[in-house]
Amino acid sequence: MPDATGLELTAHELRDRNAESILDTNFHRGRAELRVAPAHVVDVLTGLREKGYTFLASLHGVDYYPEEPRLGVIYELLNMHEVDRLSVNARLHTDDPRIATATGLFPGAEFPEREVYDMFGVVFDGHPDLRRILMPEDFEGFPQRRDFPIGGEPVLFTYNEEKSYGKWQ
Amino acid sequence: MEVKREKLGPASAPDDFRARQLLSRDMLRGDLEGEALERYVEQSIMTTTVEKAVRWSQGNSIYPMTFGLACCAIEMMSIVGARVDIARFGWEAFRASPRQADLLILSGRVSVKMAPVIRRIYDQMLEPRWAISMGACCSSMGVFNNYALVPSDKFMPIDVHVPGCPPRPEALMHGILRLRDKIQGHGRDGWRERYDAVGTEEVFGEGDSSHDGAINVFPGGDTAGA
Repeated sequence: MPDATGLELTAHELRDRNAESILDTNFHRGRAELRVAPAHVVDVLTGLREKGYTFLASLHGVDYYPEEPRLGVIYELLNMHEVDRLSVNARLHTDDPRIATATGLFPGAEFPEREVYDMFGVVFDGHPDLRRILMPEDFEGFPQRRDFPIGGEPVLFTYNEEKSYGKWQ
Repeated sequence: MEVKREKLGPASAPDDFRARQLLSRDMLRGDLEGEALERYVEQSIMTTTVEKAVRWSQGNSIYPMTFGLACCAIEMMSIVGARVDIARFGWEAFRASPRQADLLILSGRVSVKMAPVIRRIYDQMLEPRWAISMGACCSSMGVFNNYALVPSDKFMPIDVHVPGCPPRPEALMHGILRLRDKIQGHGRDGWRERYDAVGTEEVFGEGDSSHDGAINVFPGGDTAGA
């Protein structure tokens, strides 16, 4: 992990590269995190990759429900020479959540991006094959968003056996 | 209880093995006639229907399908082992093809994407065929009661539900014996009949519609359960 100072230095370097890219830094419980503007996320990732963060360990989505912007796309980067980890967090609004794809830099981001699209509805511009990956293709809605209902099928018990639809005859 | 002991004397001679042996020799030779022949036939023939005999053999020679879905499958595998030996009932030959299998044990959770696959496997099985729904997930979705799963009753007929999370092998064995009873045509009644508990079903008020739909579903915009 870079310490808090190292994180600030990294943020400075990236700001020199693109002044609007870094919105904020966050060092919490030993984890370094860069809050970036979604429009410049590829710029930031390119800069970090040149700095040695060559391995995208994970790419995932989060729904920070009461906060706005709600959706977060998080890139976990690893510098394998110095064994440093760094999170890059891009926040998106739920209406038309769009962000550029990272597949150009990290080809392994293809499936995680499909998963984030499947679960949170984030559209990755430039993705080679953006389809649902876990849910059926005709599934409606994005199930990991906080406003998606939890429950699914009614369970057949004796009291609702007759009334419930879909019991196999 | 009073125990009565007495020596078998000449009085019980017709039950004697040697006597019966001689009797059947006489019968084969054609010496038995009239009342003696009638009595002989009565003693040595059991009548039944073909249907009953077939059901008896079906219930004792089931080929389950080699098919596991999740953690329940681990418990299912152990019924083949020595401790609860399914081979005692002639059910031990797990078949890898649905064409050769008679029984589908749904052992685990069924996701929305898996349901059509299972339905297809079930359709490929030859009649007569049976299905056991094993574990909470498969019957009522258990702890995974969310958007991703579907209960098995919704897409195929289930003969026996085995509750548990996961059920112990003994529980599955009990379900299997129940299914055998059912196949052989003397299935025991449900627990309500057995315990004389008919009329104790869950009752909800007339206007109470909260239990009709899916449980855990909140009205739109309500994220209390999130």
